[in-house]
Amino acid sequence: MRYLVYVLKRVVSLIPVLLGISFIVFFLIRLIPGDPAATLLGVHATPEAIKELRDQMGLEKPLLSQYLTFLGHLLQGNLGYSYVYSSSVLELITTSLPVTIWLLVSGTFFTLLIAVPLAVLAAARRNGVADNIIRAVPVVGLGLPAFLLGIVLILVFGLKLGWFPVGGYGLSLAEHLRGIVLPGVTVALTLAPIVIRSLRASMIEVLSSDYIVTAHSKGISTARVVLGHALRNAAVSSVTVLGVNIAYLTGSTLVVERVFSLPGIGQQMINSIFGRDFPTVQGITLVFAIMVVVVNLLTDVAHSALDPRVQLT
Amino acid sequence: MSAIATAAPAVPAGSGRRRRRGRWNAPLVAGLILFGLIVALALCAPLLTSQDPIKQNLQDAFLDPGAKGHLLGTDALGRDVLARLLYGARVDLRVGVVAVISPLIIGSLVGLVAGWFGGWVDAVIGRIVDMVIAFPFLVLVIALVFAMGPGTTSIYVAVTLVGWVAYCRIVRGQVLVAKEQEYAMAARASGLPTWRILLRHLLPNVVLQAVIFSMSDIVLTLLAIVTLGFLGLGVPPPTPDWGTMIQEGQQFILTKWYMATIPGLAVVITGLALALIADGIVEKANQ
Repeated sequence: MRYLVYVLKRVVSLIPVLLGISFIVFFLIRLIPGDPAATLLGVHATPEAIKELRDQMGLEKPLLSQYLTFLGHLLQGNLGYSYVYSSSVLELITTSLPVTIWLLVSGTFFTLLIAVPLAVLAAARRNGVADNIIRAVPVVGLGLPAFLLGIVLILVFGLKLGWFPVGGYGLSLAEHLRGIVLPGVTVALTLAPIVIRSLRASMIEVLSSDYIVTAHSKGISTARVVLGHALRNAAVSSVTVLGVNIAYLTGSTLVVERVFSLPGIGQQMINSIFGRDFPTVQGITLVFAIMVVVVNLLTDVAHSALDPRVQLT
Repeated sequence: MSAIATAAPAVPAGSGRRRRRGRWNAPLVAGLILFGLIVALALCAPLLTSQDPIKQNLQDAFLDPGAKGHLLGTDALGRDVLARLLYGARVDLRVGVVAVISPLIIGSLVGLVAGWFGGWVDAVIGRIVDMVIAFPFLVLVIALVFAMGPGTTSIYVAVTLVGWVAYCRIVRGQVLVAKEQEYAMAARASGLPTWRILLRHLLPNVVLQAVIFSMSDIVLTLLAIVTLGFLGLGVPPPTPDWGTMIQEGQQFILTKWYMATIPGLAVVITGLALALIADGIVEKANQ
């Protein structure tokens, strides 16, 4: 019960942030030099059409009332209309969002697959050869752009070896799964170094605590102490690090989708930018921010569920 | 200079070595050498190549590396790859470094004010930070560049508008600790004007963490700029830029794999150099 109240409180505390996000997105279109209505309709718009849209958007009204209208539309799920795609922005987003979410899930999966064993190995054999190599990886990985990794993976596993498609999302579930592997690994390779670093640090801290010494002295095998006793506790703090970085990484899905021609919202955003499709860019920017907020919420909730010491306030 | 150099051996060998190890560490030295080399190459671009990075020559398009007069070959428009690489370094490094300075200054000052005054000032700034942080860095930068139109000015403004929050958070946290310390209280008690306490007494003590962070931030900013170029939203053509070169090379990856790989390597090596410097500085600061 207390837990449920905590989750509800966290959700309510998001309202000001969500309002702020909508405010920033609202102003985004006002940054454009010139008349927003004229920009939205493009160069071939007639003066009548521009005037009609100006009235529709309420551009003659004060800024605050414009924002309230915008917010009212948002609450009804109305993100505007894309004149370039002749479709509502919401529809464009709902068709492409699942691909992006799949990419995030696959990226997180491969991140854990890479990061957990390496971090455990590094921490268990501290200052050994493996540890030194693993510690050098984040330094190299930090300067590696995601799109470049993607291109290299396409070149090796797509073109040379032919194991995976070089791009696209396919039509069937099997094709989806095959198509999402390389993008997921690309995301993971940029995220894993950061997670390795934090998980290794917290593993080392946990491994030097008293109860681990006790476990050792009871004659429990090293493997069981490391995997059974230490990892569970070290994982708690790494959940937060993973969460923060998934939030950061939602941004680079945009690039990864571009490299692998995945029809997600990132790809849609870039296409809309080239089509000068302002409402869609605006809508997708909003969705990206909401995704970050949701991931952060899930991280907090997961953290408090995993660690009973977290104060539920 | 020479006086210091000759004086050094006078110190007992053991302590001298230890002190020297405290001043320099392997990542920092390696990073500085590598980065210095890259900067030198960029600065000496006109001396290293006589080719024009922008001039097209369609008859000489798609030359392989090692071709006569074109050490690294030419691109799809017959432009010299080496020249574009060197002049591109000038563009990307300049934009990357400059784009970190204004968020550092603005973020530090706002963080200083938020931490010192607390109360509603801190609350308002805190909410603004929460809003900006909710957006993925790259998404908001792209959206802002798009709204303001392409060009380096847009990149500077966009990176500043998004990037200051990290510095604000770091400095605010430092100020909360520092303002309880005796020197800050003494400054306040002596009746100095607030701006003087903040800028002369507090800032030098709290800015170190922000500066350390700015080193790894340069890596991220450089990557963001190259990524913008790759997406076709960066420094407008025909100005050479590594991201644009990679994007152009990717189209010919099947037949001319090195077209995307050469600028890609440049990005990786520069990123590595900066990451090493950042790592070395963090290590030094922790000692």
